[in-house]
Amino acid sequence: MWKKRIIAILILLLGTGIAFFVFKSEPKLNKSFEQESSFFKHHPFRLGLDLSGGSHLIYKADVSQVPAGQVTDAMNSLRDVIERRVNLFGVSEPVVQVQESSFVSGGDEKLIVDLPGVTDVEKATEMIGQTPLWNLKIEAPADAPREVKVGADGKINLDMSQQFVTTELTGRYLKKAVLEFDQTTSQPTVGLQFDETGTQLFADITKNNIGKIVAIYLDGAPISTPVVREEITGGQAQISGNFTPAEAKQLVGRLNSGALPVPITLVSKQTIGATLGDNALYAGMKAALIGFLLIALFLILWYRLPGVIAVLALSLYVGIILVLFKLLPVTLTAAGIAGFIISIGVAVDANILIFERLKEELRAGRTIADSVSAGFARAWFSIRDSNISSILTAIILFWFGTSSIKGFALTLGMGVLVSMLSAITISRIFLYAIEFIGEGKVARFLFSSGLSK
Amino acid sequence: MFIIKHKKIFIGISVLLVLLSITSICVFGLKIGIDFKGGALSEVEYKSVRPIQADLNPALEALNYGPISLQPTGDLSYIVKSRDLTEAEHSQLLTTLSQNGQSALEEKSFNSIGPSVGKELTRKAILSIVLVSLVLICFIAFAFRKVSKPVSSWKYGIIAIASLLHDVLIPVGIFAFLSHTFGVEIDSLFIVAVLTILGLSVSDTIVIFDRIRENLRNRVGNDFKETVGTSLNQSFVRSICTSLTVILVLLALVFFGPESTKYFALMLAFGMFFGTYSSIFLASPLLVLTEEIQNKKKK
Repeated sequence: MWKKRIIAILILLLGTGIAFFVFKSEPKLNKSFEQESSFFKHHPFRLGLDLSGGSHLIYKADVSQVPAGQVTDAMNSLRDVIERRVNLFGVSEPVVQVQESSFVSGGDEKLIVDLPGVTDVEKATEMIGQTPLWNLKIEAPADAPREVKVGADGKINLDMSQQFVTTELTGRYLKKAVLEFDQTTSQPTVGLQFDETGTQLFADITKNNIGKIVAIYLDGAPISTPVVREEITGGQAQISGNFTPAEAKQLVGRLNSGALPVPITLVSKQTIGATLGDNALYAGMKAALIGFLLIALFLILWYRLPGVIAVLALSLYVGIILVLFKLLPVTLTAAGIAGFIISIGVAVDANILIFERLKEELRAGRTIADSVSAGFARAWFSIRDSNISSILTAIILFWFGTSSIKGFALTLGMGVLVSMLSAITISRIFLYAIEFIGEGKVARFLFSSGLSK
Repeated sequence: MFIIKHKKIFIGISVLLVLLSITSICVFGLKIGIDFKGGALSEVEYKSVRPIQADLNPALEALNYGPISLQPTGDLSYIVKSRDLTEAEHSQLLTTLSQNGQSALEEKSFNSIGPSVGKELTRKAILSIVLVSLVLICFIAFAFRKVSKPVSSWKYGIIAIASLLHDVLIPVGIFAFLSHTFGVEIDSLFIVAVLTILGLSVSDTIVIFDRIRENLRNRVGNDFKETVGTSLNQSFVRSICTSLTVILVLLALVFFGPESTKYFALMLAFGMFFGTYSSIFLASPLLVLTEEIQNKKKK
């Protein structure tokens, strides 16, 4: 008997601890947040763009030039480059994700960029678009078709782009770029250092093209067309366009922050102003609080003493879920908050199933203690069955959804799962702990429900 | 027993509601939002005075972006819809809306979705609807694999699916009406709402059928009709209480929650309501009706 009560008290203490953690680690609630230890500081709720304000950009990547097996690599290095680029501009917690083409998402390789706090899309796209596209091309075979146009003024135009064919060596194999000065002419040049794969590729290309021209392309235009003299194995190359020192320096900066391995185009953009996000967050919290109070009121009025216990269990459930949101962490969106709020409603379901069973057992003439254990045992199967379909739906939604749908599916799915366990274990412990109230008339009244006396 | 006795009335109400919903969908139609068809949506708020639409229209037409719709919202804001815009076109649009800077404004949100992204979302939406339906049908089949007398298990399945259709069609019908009256459009959250309704209402129907199955095994009641009636009596309080709590939180979301999830929560609340209604007043009476028809055939 005492053991049960001690466990119940421990759980109550745990609940208080959880509430304390949620409070301490939330800058909006805790006034002395700045002075807290780093443990608390590192776990505020992570808010999605629709609550914090910011930009959501979707780029389509053109991977037609990338060999089939290397698309994933190319996309990953594209992501790294954009991430570096975005970090360079001091955006806090940007999210850059690759969405690969598949049967589900369609044929395009996409890059999704979330920039919290950036509401000026023009600036945002500019800073991403500034990244240079760099690649090396070699002379096309002599028999390749070439188009020569004779202009109206009688001049002959040879289209440069048809003279060269693309190689595999692109900006993704670039390790770093440095500013150098030619020792004889003191012209500024840009020195390139390739990574391991790049070095190998560069050695092969130079070996096979001795005496021929290679073209270094930047942002789709040739900036330098040197003649290969010998095989270069050191993985180093030089671009000597006719740069001014300032131009060369800028180019080095751009190349170092990352050259894009594949060209990208912006296909979708979404911006949410900070005030709109704040309002949505405030409204979401208000709705959650009011929803919770309504349920608590209903449970206590309808189920009396077990209702009070259900409210306790529900409070613990809310605490556990909020801590999970913080620790995992789960990015909260308006839809995610909706999922969480609905899960509060669904969480009560398990308790209601148990209490209805309990009531039946009481009516059948059993003692309160017996009814409690029978109620739990017999309700478990209904609880399991009634939650399976919600969990299945949540899994599918999570699988297919875009970010806001994923948020909803995750919070709802997590909620249903956690609530199943919390309702059963926590309510049971509390109900056992108060068995001492005995079998009197008052006790029977407290354990009844609805309009009955 | 009251419900079983008057089953034809309740089934009739459901049929009527479904017919009304289908009519509403056909008459009002469902407006597809930019999530699926691509386009741009911008919300702007003027600092002091909102210029009237007629004053803005000529300048907007001169932009040549195709049809641009202005929808007043609040006291100072417009929601502006057009085809998807590039960054340059977007800033041009803002300049035009501010009448070249004469009426200062702030852009609250902007959303431009290219046609390819819209196509992708459409594909995902259709796939997830198909998949959720398949999974739920499998789940129903699995849940009722052992019941056979006096109504065979596949009939439970078909009735569960019929009441599922009922639960989805009615909220969609209401949505069509709302979309006609308030200009609400179908976005990805709408699809989520439909799928969540499917999940929640299946579980509700299954809990009641579960009870019927248990009572059949324990030989409760003199005939099938009575067994179903007793099962309903035992489980309807739970059904109503559960969906009541969910509806309570959903209503909190509708009235106090964020603007973006308002219609989503409303859809779900209707779904919850009709989901519970159908599992008590439609699915079980249909089950009894099926059994009666079977008996008549035998005679």
